[in-house]
Amino acid sequence: MKRMKKALERVAETGFFLCAAAAVLALALIVVFLVAKGVPAASKIGLWPFISGTVWQPSAEKFGIAPMIAASLLSTLGAAVAGGLIGLACALLLAEVAPRALAGMMRPLIHLLAGIPSVVYGFFGLMAVVPLITQWFGGTGNSLLAVIVILSAMILPTMVSLAETALRAVPAAYREGSLALGATKMQTMLRVTLPAAKSGVLNAFVLSTGRAIGETMAVILVAGNRAALPSSILDPVRPLTANIALELSYASGLHEEALYLTGVVLLLFIVGINIASHLALRGGKGGR
Amino acid sequence: MRKKSMLRMLALAAAAALLMTGCACGGETRAPEGAPEGAGALSGEIMVTGSTSAEPLVAALADLFMEEHAGVSIAVQGNGSSAGIRAAADGSAQLGMSSRELNEEEKARTTAHTLCMDGIAVIVNKENAVTNLTKEQISAIFKGEIVNWKELGGADEEILLISREAGSGTRDAFEESCGLTEKNEAGNTVSLTDESRALIADSTNAVSTTVSGKPGAIGYVSLGSYDGNLVTAVDVDGVACTQENILSGAYALARPFLLVAGSASEEISEAFLQFALSEEGQAVVREHKYIAVK
Repeated sequence: MKRMKKALERVAETGFFLCAAAAVLALALIVVFLVAKGVPAASKIGLWPFISGTVWQPSAEKFGIAPMIAASLLSTLGAAVAGGLIGLACALLLAEVAPRALAGMMRPLIHLLAGIPSVVYGFFGLMAVVPLITQWFGGTGNSLLAVIVILSAMILPTMVSLAETALRAVPAAYREGSLALGATKMQTMLRVTLPAAKSGVLNAFVLSTGRAIGETMAVILVAGNRAALPSSILDPVRPLTANIALELSYASGLHEEALYLTGVVLLLFIVGINIASHLALRGGKGGR
Repeated sequence: MRKKSMLRMLALAAAAALLMTGCACGGETRAPEGAPEGAGALSGEIMVTGSTSAEPLVAALADLFMEEHAGVSIAVQGNGSSAGIRAAADGSAQLGMSSRELNEEEKARTTAHTLCMDGIAVIVNKENAVTNLTKEQISAIFKGEIVNWKELGGADEEILLISREAGSGTRDAFEESCGLTEKNEAGNTVSLTDESRALIADSTNAVSTTVSGKPGAIGYVSLGSYDGNLVTAVDVDGVACTQENILSGAYALARPFLLVAGSASEEISEAFLQFALSEEGQAVVREHKYIAVK
């Protein structure tokens, strides 16, 4: 009986280990594949001309992705600020202000946002947001602004649920102490609870950023995909993800390799974001 | 108790696995029955190379042909019309694919069979008053030389180009037939479309939707995907974009897809040609939204 239990335990352990190993292996394979496919392009085009070049014209073998890098960074930054702040306010409401019944009703609705397929976000953006932008501000409508609006909505669920979890993890004694000292509810929330949850909230920001920079389908539909440096928020842009998804199906030779190299650049950005997330969490722990 | 439930789960999983493999086996045994009796009279392999735009269609035809003739293997490779015609002429491939008419020299060395026609509709917003453009005007619009519809007799509205991503077959065909390409020093064919003024849509549908939503927009789609309820197709040089006008050769933005037979033509390639031009083959052509010739 006991031996059987032990054997089962071992089988389970091995099973879990294999599953974890599969995940790590998948990551390793993707990285190796991307790098192997993209590195030949780096040696032919040159890494710096590739990253700093502003002309993307595959038929003339001109491959510069500076416009795409700018588009990805600007749209992600915009979405992180807009969606991040709205999401934080939302999380504060759910965790601190709203009565339990209201919070219980709003929470599932916000989580539902995460379940909407990204192509639906994109289509909504193309049919509703883009025409509104043209109407209010002029221009083509398909623009950096449209991307920021759509991405902001898409990162809300991530931002709200992570930030709310972080806020709820703050010990009740902090709030009680603050209130007992005569601070108002708002003062307690903004000066005590929020700073105490700093690392978790920061992590929520960073992870939302990761979601924004990797989004593709919704972005392709509203970005306009013009491979040129934007001079205003109303100009069409082509983020890194859109560049790959648009052209990979037809590309061959150096063009294809350049797209894989675009993928390597994107991967580096995401690795950077993940490192930032780790630092945010660790920094918070050390500070407390 | 816990062990029992775990055992039960294991048993369930095993049963499910058995069921699944059972299904797969059933599928496998059924597959050969679907193949027609008496197939296998033909056997061997042929090579078809040429136009990358024609490649997906010819590959679909080849798949269907191979399903019916188990012993036949057809390799379809896209490397450009000129290379395909050359391969057919010198015998390195049994058939060539071309998405342009042959020149005199090529005609002398090979026999071309028209597989289908591909027409491109130039579309504008429903509100646009301009309904006729010359090929030169279209070319100038996409080069960025004409930037406002009032220069063409329309409203005072800036022209917004809606193009496709680099490498798209529709884009290649459009640029080729409008003279929107040139050879650069390195010998590459380079697009002359003014991309700094264009939006890039990733599919025919996205082009139509974008054009329908923007008054000043102009784009192009394959005729098979044109939806007259959404956008307007302009006449080119006074000729409407219809199947009849494309088949008669009156409409300028059209090109044929040719299968080119040369010195290495043999039994299988003849049979494949016949199949491609048969009712069954032409149905595949229509499925791919090209204009059947039969």
